[in-house]
Amino acid sequence: MESLFDLSLINSTLRMMAPLLLAGLGGAICARVGIFNVGLDGLMLMGAFLGIAANVLFENLILATLFAVIGTAIFSLILGYLIINLQANMIVVGIALNFLSIGITTFTLRTMFDVKGAYYDNEMAGLPVIHIPIIREIPIIGNIFSGQTPIVYLGILITILLFFFFRSTVLGSRYDAVGINLTAAKSQGIKVKAIQYQAIIISAVLCALGGVQLSLGQVTMFSENMTAGRGFIALVATMLGQSNPFGVFLSSGLFGFTEAISIRMQSMNIPTNFTLMLPYVITIVAMFIFKDKTQLNALKNNTGSTR
Amino acid sequence: MLLELTGITKKYGDFFANKKIDFSLEENEIHAIVGENGAGKTTLMRMLYGMETPTEGSISVRGIKHKINNPNEAIKLGIGMVHQHFMLFPSFTIAENIVFHHEPKKGILYNRKKAEEEVAILAKKYGMNIDPSQLISDAPVGVQQRVEILKVLYQGADIIILDEPTAVLTPLEVKDLLISLRNLSKQGKSIILITHKLNEVMQVTDRVTVLRDGQVTGSLKTKETDTGHLSKLMVGRELAKKEKTEVKVGASILSIEHLNIIENSSKKKLLEDINFQVKAGEIVGIAGVSGNGQSELIAAITGLLQVNEGSIHLADIDITNLSVRQIREAGLAHIPEDRYLWGSAKTASVEDNLMMTEYRKKAFQKNGILHTNVIRKFAKETINKFSIKTTSQEESAQNLSGGNLQKLIAAREIQQNTPFLLAAEPTRGVDIGAMEFIHEQLLMKRNNGDGVLLISSELSEILSIADRVLVMFEGKIVGEFTQADVSDEKISLLMAGGKHEQG
Repeated sequence: MESLFDLSLINSTLRMMAPLLLAGLGGAICARVGIFNVGLDGLMLMGAFLGIAANVLFENLILATLFAVIGTAIFSLILGYLIINLQANMIVVGIALNFLSIGITTFTLRTMFDVKGAYYDNEMAGLPVIHIPIIREIPIIGNIFSGQTPIVYLGILITILLFFFFRSTVLGSRYDAVGINLTAAKSQGIKVKAIQYQAIIISAVLCALGGVQLSLGQVTMFSENMTAGRGFIALVATMLGQSNPFGVFLSSGLFGFTEAISIRMQSMNIPTNFTLMLPYVITIVAMFIFKDKTQLNALKNNTGSTR
Repeated sequence: MLLELTGITKKYGDFFANKKIDFSLEENEIHAIVGENGAGKTTLMRMLYGMETPTEGSISVRGIKHKINNPNEAIKLGIGMVHQHFMLFPSFTIAENIVFHHEPKKGILYNRKKAEEEVAILAKKYGMNIDPSQLISDAPVGVQQRVEILKVLYQGADIIILDEPTAVLTPLEVKDLLISLRNLSKQGKSIILITHKLNEVMQVTDRVTVLRDGQVTGSLKTKETDTGHLSKLMVGRELAKKEKTEVKVGASILSIEHLNIIENSSKKKLLEDINFQVKAGEIVGIAGVSGNGQSELIAAITGLLQVNEGSIHLADIDITNLSVRQIREAGLAHIPEDRYLWGSAKTASVEDNLMMTEYRKKAFQKNGILHTNVIRKFAKETINKFSIKTTSQEESAQNLSGGNLQKLIAAREIQQNTPFLLAAEPTRGVDIGAMEFIHEQLLMKRNNGDGVLLISSELSEILSIADRVLVMFEGKIVGEFTQADVSDEKISLLMAGGKHEQG
């Protein structure tokens, strides 16, 4: 029997956290421009489904990923239009989008592939695993970092880029400004709506990548509602990480770690009911420990009408 | 002529917000636009700043006609606006706030160092004292205002519009601001000052244009007019001289003894050994720069803050640390400091807002069921009696103008007919007409033999209606005057901590 903790646990943590990280970063961008994006889960699910569907159609992983990203971005425009143009309540719209997403993917799954519950095809190729030439040679680090899908590496790269974007670029500071005081940004001639749309579309792209990692990276299948609330865990990661890219990285790492452990524990004599519970329990505990007031304030300021 | 507005008209449906307004601004001039709330001052300036488009009329800058469609175009023409509600980003530094949307760049990177340097140079040029790297949320209101002005200057504005800039400032900060405005005009800037405080107009401006109901009722040189004439033009009638009848002062109604309030975390004394009384038939005014313990005093009297030591008696009942409801039932009526935060429920109707302190009374309910008809009739009568301008009783309170909402709150509290009224900033941001009305009501209450405690950061208000004046500084009462020996100078000195200051 393998032991609970070893180096490959960190390796699987990276694999498990990638979807959470990507969606969490998407949530962070939205939060920075004053949008509380509750629709992360739906966007992820849409990405996961479109990835599989496109892979069946094109039999090309790059095209499939591209299709998922673009399709989800278009889907997110519903969210944008309702929140930004119609000033609808963000939470209601987000939850509605999640249900819409479950409905659309389940319906299409049944009509397109004529299956209920889950679709898989043993012949289908999943995302390739990359062994980075030099890093894989380094004894310990090689074990940890090597052998992941491109999306995992992309997630790490995007974390760094986003951190840099908010810290050092002019556009990043304008994103922040919109989130901090929308009216003031508007009065200075900033195109506030354009920035909020950009943020929602970027978050959709990131969620779609997370979804593709779920359906084509970790496994090669799609099952109904396969995100299983990961979008909400990602939302918690956003809040825990205070919408800071590295913060989101750490908090999604925590959740990825518990997920990896819970899988590992299944091979031991612990009932799966308990091990599967672990990530969600940790999420709830984390919410208690790190209450982020700024997020709540942003919520309060933005659920009312903005003039 | 630097700026000329000719025949500007703005119609919303059938309503004329502005009607055929002519206005001009010369180089280096400070030109005030005065008028009551709703007279059309802000609408006019919003058109100049490109936030609204005029229905008719033209705007020309330096002799050339322009159509200004959005704030960006106004900024390009050298027109900048300092809004009444500051447009700042709290977690940004002062420099970041000033250069916002015109940030110095290095490629796509934000050159923050250069931003701070540029801001420091700019601030020095116009003699405004700021620290560019300080967070704006740590800066006092006066500094925030300076930042707003510097922001406009950074954008290269020659014409600066200031919308009620002194509404949020303490007297000392007002003095600083007025000096800064004078400096700016000397350095070649032209300023439009929107206000309804006439003493500021007299101190600092070259010309005044008066608006009433969307029309110009007068455009004069400041030197050739006085506050009396201006207020007549603003209100459209002579303001009644306040006749204060002598009232016999009776027994003590509110009595505060050795009141101490200590902050929990820092152990700092917020209020220190406060002793005073309010007697029947007198208005006691508390003067002081805001933030010197007035809010805590209000909270202590009304039961919103735990009292650590000392006692408060209201009409012979010890109300120290009783609940708000018990205190109100003992005879307190309270016009709160902030009409939006404490004074009203913004989204509730006018009627409900009027009912908020009344609904428990027998006349309005039985076993928890409200007598809707009685309430409706009562609300209608109150609205008429206090001439509150509203489209209907069902209108939500947030749609009332600031002055009318304040009247509503005053009406509600005065109708309680309690022996004691605590009026905190009862006329903040209210126009002259409404102010006159509220003052009359307070005086009437006093004449009825009730006690009124008036807490205000507006010294002129206290001097005009209070019978006795207490001055607060850093949580203590540092002086007491009767109406006979009170003077502007004496109080100002105490308000500033009793030190001589060169302003």
